[in-house]
Amino acid sequence: MLLNQFLLLGALLFAVGVYGVLARRNGVMVLMSIELMLNAVNLNLVAFGMQHDVVSGQVFALFIIAVAAAEVGVGLAIVLLLYRNRKSIAVDEFDLMKG
Amino acid sequence: MDWFLENAFLIPLIPAVSFVVILLFGRSVIGVERVHKVGITAVGIVWVLSMIAAVSWITRVEDSTASKSGDTEHAQIAVDEGLSASSARGLDGELQLAAEDDGYADDGRGYATTKPVISKVDGWWSSGGIDFAVGTLVDGQTVLLLIVVTSISLLVHIYSSEYVKGDRRFVHYYAFLSLFTASMLFFVMAQNLVQMIVGWELVGVCSFVLIGHWWEERPNTDAALKAFLTNRVGDIGLLVGVIILFGEFGTFSIHEINTMVGEMGSEVHFAMLMASIALMAAVCSKSGQFPLHTWLPDAMAGPTPVSALIHAATMVVAGVFMIGRLYPVFFEGFSIGTSSINLMAFIGGFTALIGAGLAFAQWDIKKVLAYSTVSQLGYMVMALGVGAWTAAMFHLFTHAFFKACLFLGAGSVSHAAHHTFDMREMGGLRKYMPHTFKTFVISTLALAGIFPFAGFWSKDEILLGALEGQQSAYPLMLIFGCVVALLTAAYMTRVIWYTFWGEYRGHGHPHESPKVMTVPLWILAVMAVVAGVFNLPTPVMEIFGLEGLAHLVQTYAEPTHYLNAIGLSHPDPSWQLALVGLALALTGIAITFMYFWRNAGPHGLTERNRYAKAGYTFLEQKYYLDHLYTDIVVGSIKRPIARAANWFNDNVIDLVVNRAGEGARDGGRWVYRWIDQGTIDNTVNALGSGADAGGQGLRVMQTGKVQNYGSLLFGTAAVVAIVFVIVL
Repeated sequence: MLLNQFLLLGALLFAVGVYGVLARRNGVMVLMSIELMLNAVNLNLVAFGMQHDVVSGQVFALFIIAVAAAEVGVGLAIVLLLYRNRKSIAVDEFDLMKG
Repeated sequence: MDWFLENAFLIPLIPAVSFVVILLFGRSVIGVERVHKVGITAVGIVWVLSMIAAVSWITRVEDSTASKSGDTEHAQIAVDEGLSASSARGLDGELQLAAEDDGYADDGRGYATTKPVISKVDGWWSSGGIDFAVGTLVDGQTVLLLIVVTSISLLVHIYSSEYVKGDRRFVHYYAFLSLFTASMLFFVMAQNLVQMIVGWELVGVCSFVLIGHWWEERPNTDAALKAFLTNRVGDIGLLVGVIILFGEFGTFSIHEINTMVGEMGSEVHFAMLMASIALMAAVCSKSGQFPLHTWLPDAMAGPTPVSALIHAATMVVAGVFMIGRLYPVFFEGFSIGTSSINLMAFIGGFTALIGAGLAFAQWDIKKVLAYSTVSQLGYMVMALGVGAWTAAMFHLFTHAFFKACLFLGAGSVSHAAHHTFDMREMGGLRKYMPHTFKTFVISTLALAGIFPFAGFWSKDEILLGALEGQQSAYPLMLIFGCVVALLTAAYMTRVIWYTFWGEYRGHGHPHESPKVMTVPLWILAVMAVVAGVFNLPTPVMEIFGLEGLAHLVQTYAEPTHYLNAIGLSHPDPSWQLALVGLALALTGIAITFMYFWRNAGPHGLTERNRYAKAGYTFLEQKYYLDHLYTDIVVGSIKRPIARAANWFNDNVIDLVVNRAGEGARDGGRWVYRWIDQGTIDNTVNALGSGADAGGQGLRVMQTGKVQNYGSLLFGTAAVVAIVFVIVL
């Protein structure tokens, strides 16, 4: 019962994150949307860990938070460099790999 | 003493080694200016060995004559022979000596026979189950030729050192002179017919090389080729003859063949006739007999000493030697013993006649001598044809000396007179070159057959042989012989007149040749005088009380072992015939003398009289034989063959080739069109264009925008999730 609510919240958050990743043009907003998705996953992990009464769910969540911190660091560095080179951080303008 | 006869192979070996040494080291190690000494030394050694061999042989014949009287001695010699034979079995135990048990036997008709000395090694090579032996067969005839070949060769070697001095191919000249000597010696002591062919061809090659010695000039190479090719015609005859003999007797051994013919006689008459005719073709080419004599005058293109050695004294007598060697074959084949005319006698007599005729129309002194050689070789063949074996060999012996002397004399004249051989540019030379003049005249008298020079005795014996024959006389041959005797004296006198009398008509200042040339001339001239004593008839020797020294050639040179078996008889000397022969020769000289010296007779007849002119032109054109051969015979063979070959080429070979080509082309085209273009290329193209189209289609998806990719990723993930949810 309680789990459903967590899962629904997680799914909602994930969907918002997906929307943000796919729809936002601002690179920083894309990174923030990725954070939303990651935290949706964290919520699920903690919820299942509580449901099954194990700590590994929380341990995985902590790992993800750490990795997400590193990830967002790299991501922000990329965005910074993009801005330095192109004076823009709109991700839809970067299509050099277009076939 | 028989050691030399058993090891006679050393004699050709020495000049063969000399050939290799001169050819390989002549220019580098020995040096051009010393190379002739090697050749002269080698031939000098061989000359000494040949003389020792001659003495050994004479001793052997003496022994056999002596042993005829007592059987005890006979047996004793047989034992000795047996011992020496067994001790000589060194080479695989196969060295065989023929003279073993009955080496010396009385044939029951008062003649002693002497077996030839045969040394041979079996298994030289084998083919088709036939073993070929290699070895030497030494008998009186071989010894006679050894003396002739080595003597003339030695003198020619010495003479050439001056005559060819400074020539650009001096080294090669001496190398091939040595090789020729080796080949000729190998030929005369060949034990079997295969060896004989080898020697026969080897001397032919040396002749070819030396005729073409100055090959920079076209006529010389032409002459060399003509000599070689004409000889090939006869060589076929030689091969065929040898094959017939082998087919009949199953052996190549000369000794066995001769012995078997002697035993079988008329049983093998037809095979012998065929073999004789085939071998006669070989004789015609090698010994310059009609109708294959045409190469010999052209061969005068070679250096004069070569002409003296090869084309006068030795190589050209190879044919005569071969007849003499296989005499039982010819004797049976041509029925020499019973007929009064036969092919060999006729060819010989006819050649003697036409050769003498041609000698009149030549201006080149060497060509006169060449035709004279043709004529004299004809004499020898005629002598063999009428059964006068000894006379032929005796004439070969004497002729070698005086004809070599004449050739070397002609060389000396040319050496002095600005290197010409044209008699119209000579004249009056007797004042300038006394030695050459004297020796030339002596040899001319010998050739003409004037008493007491060598030619008189040998020619007389030939006429005697024709007069008495074996069972019946050979009248036509006797007439030929007499006419030739007259003509010979006449044309040689003409040469003397043009060369040595009158005023000098050439260029430069003629001078006598140096001693190194005149000394050989004198030696030969002396031989031209005295060579006759080697076979003087008994009545002449009785005058001096030296009956024992009569008929030396007959006694020692005749292969009695074979000739007695076929029952060859010897004619009795005739004073009348000798006088007739001498009178004919003197008449010939007298007529020519009157014509030139006394200016008598019909001068300018050839200009005035149509028939005389025609006859002269006929002679000048050498009976048109050259035209017959090159234009008619060769032309008629060549042209139809060429045409047929052309037709065949156009219509058969070309057709096949064209058809094959067309087929291949069509096949290629079909493959190109249907396999290559149709299948493979289309497949490849389709693959390429398919990939291209696929790429173009997929290219749309490659927007380069991360969010598009993200959308696809999530869309796909969502679809997969939905599928999972529905299915599971």
